[in-house]
Amino acid sequence: MTAVADLMDYAEVIERFDPVLGLEVHTELNTKTKMFCSTPNVFGGEPNTHVCPTCLGLPGALPVLNGKAVESAIRIGLALNCEIAEWCRFARKNYFYPDMPKNFQTSQYDEPIAFNGYLDVTLDDGEVVRVEIERAHMEEDTGKSLHVGGATGRIHGADYSLLDYNRAGVPLIEIVTKPIVGTGDRAPMVARAYVNTLRDLLRALDVSDVRMDQGSLRCDANVSLMEKGAAQFGTRTETKNVNSLRSVERAVRYEMTRQAAVLAGGGTVIQETRHFQEADGTTSSGRIKETAEDYRYFPEPDLVPIAPSREWVEQLRTTLPEKPADRRKRIQTEWDLTAEELRDLFNAGAVELVEATVEAGAKPDEARGWWVNFLAQEANSREVELAELPITPAQVARVTVLVASGELTNKLAREVVKGVLAGEGEPDEVVEKRGLKVVSDDSALLAAVDEALAAQPDIADKIRGGKVQAAGAIVGAVMKATKGQADAKRVRELIIERVGA
Amino acid sequence: MSELTRFTAAELAEKIHGREVSSVEVTQAHLDRIGQVDDFVHAFLHVDADGALAAAKAVDDAIGEGAAPASPLAGVPLALKDVLTTKDSPTTCGSKTLEGWIPPYDATVTRRLREAGLPILGKTNMDEFAMGSSTENSAYGPTHNPWDHARIPGGSGGGSSASITAFEAPLAIGTDTGGSIRQPGAVTGTVGVKPTYGGVSRYGLVAFSSSLDQAGPCARTVLDAALLHEVIAGHDPMDSTSIDAPVPPVVAAAREGRRGDLKGVKVGVVTELSGDGYQGGVLRSFEGAVAQLRELGAEVVEVSCPHFVYALPAYYLIAPSEASSNLARFDAMRYGLRVADDGAHSADEVMALTREAGFGPEVKRRIMLGTYALSSGYYDAYYGSAQKVRTLITRDFDAAFEKVDVLVSPTTPTTAFKIGERVDDPMAMYLSDICSIPSNLAGNAAMSVPSGLSDEDGLPVGLQIMAPALADDRLYRVGAAYELARGEILDRLPELKGVSA
Amino acid sequence: MPNISRAEVAHLAKLAHLAVTDEELDVFAGQLDQILDSVAKVGEVAGEDIPPTSHAVPLTNVFREDVTQPGLTQQQALSGAPAAEEGRFRVPRILGEEQ
Repeated sequence: MTAVADLMDYAEVIERFDPVLGLEVHTELNTKTKMFCSTPNVFGGEPNTHVCPTCLGLPGALPVLNGKAVESAIRIGLALNCEIAEWCRFARKNYFYPDMPKNFQTSQYDEPIAFNGYLDVTLDDGEVVRVEIERAHMEEDTGKSLHVGGATGRIHGADYSLLDYNRAGVPLIEIVTKPIVGTGDRAPMVARAYVNTLRDLLRALDVSDVRMDQGSLRCDANVSLMEKGAAQFGTRTETKNVNSLRSVERAVRYEMTRQAAVLAGGGTVIQETRHFQEADGTTSSGRIKETAEDYRYFPEPDLVPIAPSREWVEQLRTTLPEKPADRRKRIQTEWDLTAEELRDLFNAGAVELVEATVEAGAKPDEARGWWVNFLAQEANSREVELAELPITPAQVARVTVLVASGELTNKLAREVVKGVLAGEGEPDEVVEKRGLKVVSDDSALLAAVDEALAAQPDIADKIRGGKVQAAGAIVGAVMKATKGQADAKRVRELIIERVGA
Repeated sequence: MSELTRFTAAELAEKIHGREVSSVEVTQAHLDRIGQVDDFVHAFLHVDADGALAAAKAVDDAIGEGAAPASPLAGVPLALKDVLTTKDSPTTCGSKTLEGWIPPYDATVTRRLREAGLPILGKTNMDEFAMGSSTENSAYGPTHNPWDHARIPGGSGGGSSASITAFEAPLAIGTDTGGSIRQPGAVTGTVGVKPTYGGVSRYGLVAFSSSLDQAGPCARTVLDAALLHEVIAGHDPMDSTSIDAPVPPVVAAAREGRRGDLKGVKVGVVTELSGDGYQGGVLRSFEGAVAQLRELGAEVVEVSCPHFVYALPAYYLIAPSEASSNLARFDAMRYGLRVADDGAHSADEVMALTREAGFGPEVKRRIMLGTYALSSGYYDAYYGSAQKVRTLITRDFDAAFEKVDVLVSPTTPTTAFKIGERVDDPMAMYLSDICSIPSNLAGNAAMSVPSGLSDEDGLPVGLQIMAPALADDRLYRVGAAYELARGEILDRLPELKGVSA
Repeated sequence: MPNISRAEVAHLAKLAHLAVTDEELDVFAGQLDQILDSVAKVGEVAGEDIPPTSHAVPLTNVFREDVTQPGLTQQQALSGAPAAEEGRFRVPRILGEEQ
């Protein structure tokens, strides 16, 4: 293991340096087929079962571009306020690597389909930062390798590797920012907020699953520091493998403190790829970028140029979702949220779910409460995305309706939701099966109240004597007797009625 | 030799469809001929007797049941260049690196041949990955010219042309990147056509230079070539560069040409494709052919294509550049040869050692040349400039075709040279394609049709006819008219040595 | 004019993943020199105003519908593999990292 890197105190870093960020986000499109062949584009699967001669790079096989992928690329470009190329091509990026079947990647190079855009990003404190977009271009994903032998499947020390090309040829859009400058101590926050906003946007466009944990959204963070007052950017590092929003923020922050320590110690930052370690939040040195790297790009002769008509582009523009900043504003107003509530809502990735739940009949604050609090915790403990929980917005909405009508208490409602999550069926079925209905029949309740009062005559006397708060003990007894299925408020009313009448 | 091997494909088809003879008999006659002469000619790398006879029987059965023939050539066997993939039968491209490789899929050309009922006799010899003009670069030994065993049959498709010259097959498929159909046709006294680029699908054609490669027919007569052309041509959604337009009416044009009248046809003689470096007998044969075109009623004028002199240098930048990328996939990971996999060598080392062991010198030379031409720093001067020359050559063709209907030149500057004569002199070898390359760069259609035998060495000479893109039918009209006026050539083919009667 | 050195040829061989022999380095250096000398002629006419041609046919916008088609089975995919294990291609250990 390498020695632990020296780190500079963050406040000092900010005092002495200006950070410069560059973010490269790769997103896998959710098209039905791969970029250049009709093979299904699905996550996982038995190895080498989603392959064909083209994505396996067999001799003689040829690529044919997925029109839907081009459409998605243009929509992403438009949503990022980019210009859309009148004419552009694919190129071949030539380098050898076993997980790349042709030993070249078919990728756009100097003629991206979308370029010169921006994305307005709202920070936690409500300030809006405009991130300039350099380009968004189309390319293809690689296969996956499994390293066997040596220590724990790591590439180093492995005896051999096993290759699965199911992912090879999956359509990717790479979105590259221009250098992000002037963000000071908020650089890590800006990085995170950018990726988060971009993720929401891609989700709203319905072009990608945007699952960072499955790699359908991946971020590489370029970080460099320049001394205060310097005119030129410093040497940057590119941190890969940053696969959660929190990691984006941590990785940028770590690189800032690491690079600052290197520079302060009179050293130079090496231009290299670094890998983020989820476990301890550090980055470690990867491959040193040789200057000799020479990808020998040239226009892909097997694919013809793309010349999207302006009519097509304008038609696609009409399919765009609301801009993220506008959407935030609208949601805040419509649902009457504080800045903090709005932030939690977005950070939980719950906006669409809450919207759908409201649409299905829930009140906004109730819908939000379920998703941002109870269900977010459930998702967290199950280590899945919120949207992946086995419960639908309609089901959550039904639960809120049952609570509003008094058929369920909040406590019972949680039981019902747990039942739904456990696969016990629709909320009403869970209520039925688990027998969770509020006991709303007054005669049944009165019997329980009378019983409880008879059992504790001294407390009955206290209440009669005006100590209404003493009723709590009776309420507790009744709730216990009804196994929590009574409405506590109604029980209290009945007690007062019984004793005081 | 069985009479059945002497007929043209058109005659055989007529006999088979008229149930005068069966496809099985015809196929068996050619298999027998292969058995008799191929040790001497070495046109085939693999003979698939069982597959061919099974396909022949299927045609006979269908005809016997009264069904209409699947195509005008149904039942006529053919030889396929070993650069087109054949499911369940080896495809080596003349390379050690693909020795024994059995593709899991058929090329589109292969599929169309099967669907049209043409039994595939076997796979023909070629320069490794179609790089060469003599078939000497085959890893499996050279093919011999049936006219003179000591001489080359041209290349890269020497096996295909030699197989029809030696009456081992009535038809063959070749591929033409810089002249690999036409130059072997010229030096073996047979017809070879490079269709318009995009006219015949490249799906399953193992790529040498993607923007230049084109499959086409090899035959002993112009009409036979036309019949085969119509079987293999037409739009293919699996090839992005395939032209979505009706196939030019080449069979009708060939029949029209056989009426022997070229009145109203304007023929341009390309000034730049003659002079120094052209063998006297070739030039005299060419002049004789031009005189005959005049006699047939054509108007003949001189046309200058000033940039054709830059075609050869442009070709030797573009083709190797694309090849360096296309051949990167032969890396010992997924298919083909693998050496040095002893646990000690890394994947990178095994790739490099396998490629070193699996590729012959010409392939390595071109990969290095292409790698150089695409390198940063050299791209503009080499690859970029070559692509500009391509524009200039296309403009030369456009200007010429405003004045004339077809252009003519010798197909290649010399008759067949001796095996071994040019192997150590790549530049001399490259000159073989000086006349054929312009049409590959511009993508237009071109044919070589025999213009008799050279008066100095008695070896065949080819007349090249060039037509605008998508006007392939003009080649056939002019070619068929000329062929008829010229008279028979192959009856002067010497009896193959070492062949028992 | 290019004067390609042995070292340059070695670098090209490295880029192209060809484990060439010392002897080949010499042969290729000479031959590439000769070829490059000859093909450099393209520069004579490649003016600024000439657009490059990358494709022989002037086609644009050739797209495929986003509809799945059956591909290869795992067995077909692995049929040509020099080595396979657990449904995957088995390859020697990979040293470098993905780019």
